[in-house]
Amino acid sequence: MTSTTAASSGKRERTVTAPNGTETGPQLYVRAEVRARKGKQPAWLLAAVVVLAIACGASLAVGARAIPLETVWDALAHFDPADGNHAVVHARIPRTVLGLLAGGALGLAGAAMQGVARNPLADPGIMGVNAGAALAVVGGIYLFGITGLTGYIWFAFLGAAVAATVVYLLASTGRDGATPVKLALAGAALNAGLYSLMNVVLVSSQDTLDRFRFWQVGSVAGRDWSVILPGLPFLAAGALLVLCSGRVLNTLALGDDLARGLGQRVGLSRGIVALGVVLLCGSATALAGPIAFLGLVIPHAVRFFTGPDYRWILPFSLALAPALLLGADVVGRVALPPGEVPAGIMTAIIGAPVFVWLVRRGKGASL
Amino acid sequence: MARLSARDLTLQYEQRRVIEGLRTEIPEGKVTMIVGANGCGKSTLLRGLSRLLRPAAGAVTLDGKDIHSRPAKELARTLGLLPQQPTAPDGITVRDLVGRGRYPHQAFFRNWSHGDSSPHDLAVRNALDATATTELADRIVDELSGGQRQRVWIAMALAQETEVLLLDEPTTYLDLAHQVEVLDLVTDLNRRRGTTVAIVLHDLNLAARYADHVIAMKDGAVVAEGTGIDVITEELVRTVFGLESRVVPDPVSGTPLIVPIGRHHYPAPQATETTKPALEIAS
Ligand SMILES: Nc1ncnc2c1ncn2[C@@H]1O[C@H](COP(=O)(O)OP(=O)(O)OP(=O)(O)O)[C@@H](O)[C@H]1O
Ligand SMILES: [Mg+2]
Repeated sequence: MTSTTAASSGKRERTVTAPNGTETGPQLYVRAEVRARKGKQPAWLLAAVVVLAIACGASLAVGARAIPLETVWDALAHFDPADGNHAVVHARIPRTVLGLLAGGALGLAGAAMQGVARNPLADPGIMGVNAGAALAVVGGIYLFGITGLTGYIWFAFLGAAVAATVVYLLASTGRDGATPVKLALAGAALNAGLYSLMNVVLVSSQDTLDRFRFWQVGSVAGRDWSVILPGLPFLAAGALLVLCSGRVLNTLALGDDLARGLGQRVGLSRGIVALGVVLLCGSATALAGPIAFLGLVIPHAVRFFTGPDYRWILPFSLALAPALLLGADVVGRVALPPGEVPAGIMTAIIGAPVFVWLVRRGKGASL
Repeated sequence: MARLSARDLTLQYEQRRVIEGLRTEIPEGKVTMIVGANGCGKSTLLRGLSRLLRPAAGAVTLDGKDIHSRPAKELARTLGLLPQQPTAPDGITVRDLVGRGRYPHQAFFRNWSHGDSSPHDLAVRNALDATATTELADRIVDELSGGQRQRVWIAMALAQETEVLLLDEPTTYLDLAHQVEVLDLVTDLNRRRGTTVAIVLHDLNLAARYADHVIAMKDGAVVAEGTGIDVITEELVRTVFGLESRVVPDPVSGTPLIVPIGRHHYPAPQATETTKPALEIAS
């Protein structure tokens, strides 16, 4: 009896610590799905785009004044300025576009960060990148009286880049380099530090606080084209860099040693992808304020359809993150009438439990 | 004649110097086994030879050229490495993992390669075939047994199709039959394609049997190199492992076979005790 238990527990230990150190715990996806989904990714991606289109439609139609979908279509196809409903729909267009852009950027950035950091918990929000961008914007408002996106965006880039670099350097100290666990810890610490610094600035200046409040909550409301247009080139550049890095991320996922052995210039590739991430997070944060968890939840959810292949994870995240953000925004508009819950808060409500679940799965150290 | 050689190589991790002024060669077209005690620097040497560690002094050359001066991908098409403890991405299939070995053969920003008849697919299929993992191709890597997984990793290294292949303890977790199978496979590769192979191996008997050339290490230095018969002796086992042993000819291959002694058994040349069959062979 005793010996049987000992033998079986010994055997279990062997599988748990197994050759490559990965743990065998509860898995993220049902294994049968993996075989079923093989080769079907294009169809699923199409479905994701359809979901996104529906979210866009809802974002245009739903609000304090609900507008039937035919009228939405009408307003888009042949706009009549005299029609009140048409005017409402048009007023919702910038908000929808902003949700598309910020959501897509954060989804892509989250997926890319998970790949670069080889860390399933990496997220521009959790790793302090969005906080860095936000603090820099607040600093810009406070010290230089910056207003408007054109000013915000440069500060946001600067803050995002500095935060990303600091997290990476902090995590790189010690003998085994920037391990996922150390990255997550450094990110969490920096994140907390940056937010408290930001609060110090905000508490000490009413004027900054007022201007900041308008921007901060992670909202896609109340922004217009003049806010959106300056961000476009940066978003496009970041998206291009990241979308082209699928295979590079696939190789990085094997670990630094193997990636190097396969001829990848690990530092350079990380740098290129990180630049893309900074461009995406900086512009998204400047556009919509810090929105957390989107970049965490979406890339994990899409793995259900894609498996661990970044060539698919990236486009799926690009399609589904804005769908979630727009969905959250729509729900936020009708959840607590007559007020609105900002989209950033809605995504956090959805994201926090997922984060807890991921941590509890105990797979924090491998990807 | 050597393709890969280390000249006065010094390797260190931050302040910790592991290998100092090491000089050795991995002879071309041969199977080289690197043996030594735990922690003596075998993996470190392999990392140095495969440019994962930049030398603090000295150099590693491939065909006479410093490996750190060559373009990374070009080098990766010639020199492949399987590290000691690779990690597979969560949920990856065997076929996809093996396919990732093709990375150095694909262009930087090209994400997809098409067609079942492409050289990439052919290389992947051959690698799966050679390691008898074809029937595992659609399985998830984390769900395989340790031994199956090890064969999949070897398949990935094979898919890289390099002329020089460095393997760090490729037989860990394998049962005896699979250990022999992997070493046979490597030998096939060496004989058929002329691949130059260097393997870190803990099993001295198998190392002696499969090696054309043996490098024995102790405390970061090479203490002996040459053919298995010349290198693997009772004296060497004593200096390198601090272990008393008898070395007898392997009845199958004639290469040295080490019979360890330990504290509870005594070599008795004239022994007839039936409880110590191993010693009967020794005598
Ligand atoms: N990343 C590292 N940072 C610092 N020291 C290291 C590192 N890796 C290995 N070492 C040290 O270098 C020495 C040689 O280690 P190495 O891994 O090369 O040994 P090995 O011969 O491969 O041992 P084993 O047979 O156990 O695999 C050891 O003392 C080890 O503690
Ligand atoms: Mg080792």
